[in-house]
Amino acid sequence: MMTDLNKALIEYCLRIADNSLIHAQRISEWTGHGPILEEDIAMSNMALDLIGQSRGFYTYAAQLEGNGKTEDIYAFHRGEREFRNKLMVELPDNKDFGFTMMKLFLNGCFDYLMFRDLMKSTDETISGLAAKSIKEVTYHVRHSGEWVVRLGDGTAESHQRIQNSLNELWSFTNELFEQDSIDELLISNGIAFDKESVRNEWTKMVTEIFAKATLSIPENTTYFASGGLKGVHSEHFGFLLAEMQYLPRMYPDAVW
Amino acid sequence: MDINVKSDDLSEMENAFNDSIQAGKVIEPKDWMPEKYRKQLLRMMSQHAHSEVVGMLPEGNWITRAPSLARKAILIAKVQDEAGHGLYIYSAAETLGMDRSEMIDQLLAGKAKYSSIFNYPTLTWADIGAIGWLVDGAAIVNQTVLAKCSYGPYSRAMLRICREENFHNKQGYQILAYLMRGTLEQKEMAQDAMNRWWWPSLMMFGPSDKESPNSADLLKWKVKLFTNDDLRQRFIDRTVEQAQAIGLKVPDDKLKWNEETRHYDFGEINWDEFFQVINGNGPCNKLRLKQRNDAHSNGQWVRDAAKAYAEKKKVN
Repeated sequence: MMTDLNKALIEYCLRIADNSLIHAQRISEWTGHGPILEEDIAMSNMALDLIGQSRGFYTYAAQLEGNGKTEDIYAFHRGEREFRNKLMVELPDNKDFGFTMMKLFLNGCFDYLMFRDLMKSTDETISGLAAKSIKEVTYHVRHSGEWVVRLGDGTAESHQRIQNSLNELWSFTNELFEQDSIDELLISNGIAFDKESVRNEWTKMVTEIFAKATLSIPENTTYFASGGLKGVHSEHFGFLLAEMQYLPRMYPDAVW
Repeated sequence: MDINVKSDDLSEMENAFNDSIQAGKVIEPKDWMPEKYRKQLLRMMSQHAHSEVVGMLPEGNWITRAPSLARKAILIAKVQDEAGHGLYIYSAAETLGMDRSEMIDQLLAGKAKYSSIFNYPTLTWADIGAIGWLVDGAAIVNQTVLAKCSYGPYSRAMLRICREENFHNKQGYQILAYLMRGTLEQKEMAQDAMNRWWWPSLMMFGPSDKESPNSADLLKWKVKLFTNDDLRQRFIDRTVEQAQAIGLKVPDDKLKWNEETRHYDFGEINWDEFFQVINGNGPCNKLRLKQRNDAHSNGQWVRDAAKAYAEKKKVN
């Protein structure tokens, strides 16, 4: 019989893994289409890091769940309502480099704080995965943050474009800190961390970069997206999954 | 210039240059070199770099649809390697006196060539296997020889690139091997990819040397060490057995082991198709050029911003 704690831990791993995978799926759309070769390489790198993170957390969830679950079953054989990623990472980039960098930066700052705190988790697998991931995310935050500054303080056009990206994505930042009874159970066991406790630090991190980038946080945001924790996604998400999952779905008996 | 030009027609410097190459000297960027040597190398190296970069497109086409997380990661890493190769060869080519941006402008304007194999479409997942195994396999045969060529920066670039290409080649072969031991549909997918990619892969070595306008000079200067036909034969000899090992049929009725020559005999290559594709009339020529141009123009504002920012920081 699986304990409630184990059930919660599986769900927790899937949330992190889904977020990294869906983010990677979007970033990997850039491979071969970057604004300059060096950035093409950098984006592929970040996509690879995120896939690596998702595989680590899926594998741990599979181990806890048993029943022959694998990373690929989670990634390719679940539907729209079963994915737990945040809405921000599933948004299409439409080949807007600034939008991609802003997404990487906003989500990356949160992931940085998350992995930093999860390194102290009483669950050794979680703390181990966090210790590996934080090195990667540190670089993602630095790289995307530098681009946010360059674009914000670059030309008039780049300033306007990256400000527009910030305006649009700001609506998706509140969701980064949403938590529920699963978080609470795991926090009380020393396994998870309190998202609310890092909100101020996150705000400080992004505000410092926005000041350098001469960008301003939109003041009149009236709508904040929500839903990832419950598997309620944007309309874009079904298309992303249709593309990502089509081969294993079409040939369910095949091994690749 | 053809190989029969008498040596007394050549300047003294050229004679000395040719002699030093015959003696096995490696030419470095600061060494004197005949203008034609420089131009030929620049043409070859920039075409090679363009091929790496354009080659990212047909494979990148399957990244978002790779059928497992492991395959997705391997494919991204592979396509990323190709970007790295492009960067590396552009840098090596810059030692011959042309900026990367100028080379890229030539590509975008449709004035520079790249390997015509990338003007074929990747239609199924098996095509990713076929590219890794056949296209990178053919590239390895070429590049292993180029690693011993007379121009130092090119030869060193090839040494490094060949190591990664071997990994690409193995991952491609592994994709097809998995398909060939899978379901009936997977086997058909693999054979179909083999049928479509085999002949274009043989064309990658270029036309027979009798019809290859640059071969004589390049052989003399040890930029090329073997003829196109020699290299094509080498590729066929090593690849046919690999195909047989996993149950793939080579789509050539005339393919037959020849005991006398100790090589495979093979059928006639459709050179009309080759020249059609090379002259812009392949299935994806227009698409590839559009994709490169789109990426470049979509990124213009980013490059402008980076430049403007760097200049502001210099002033302050």
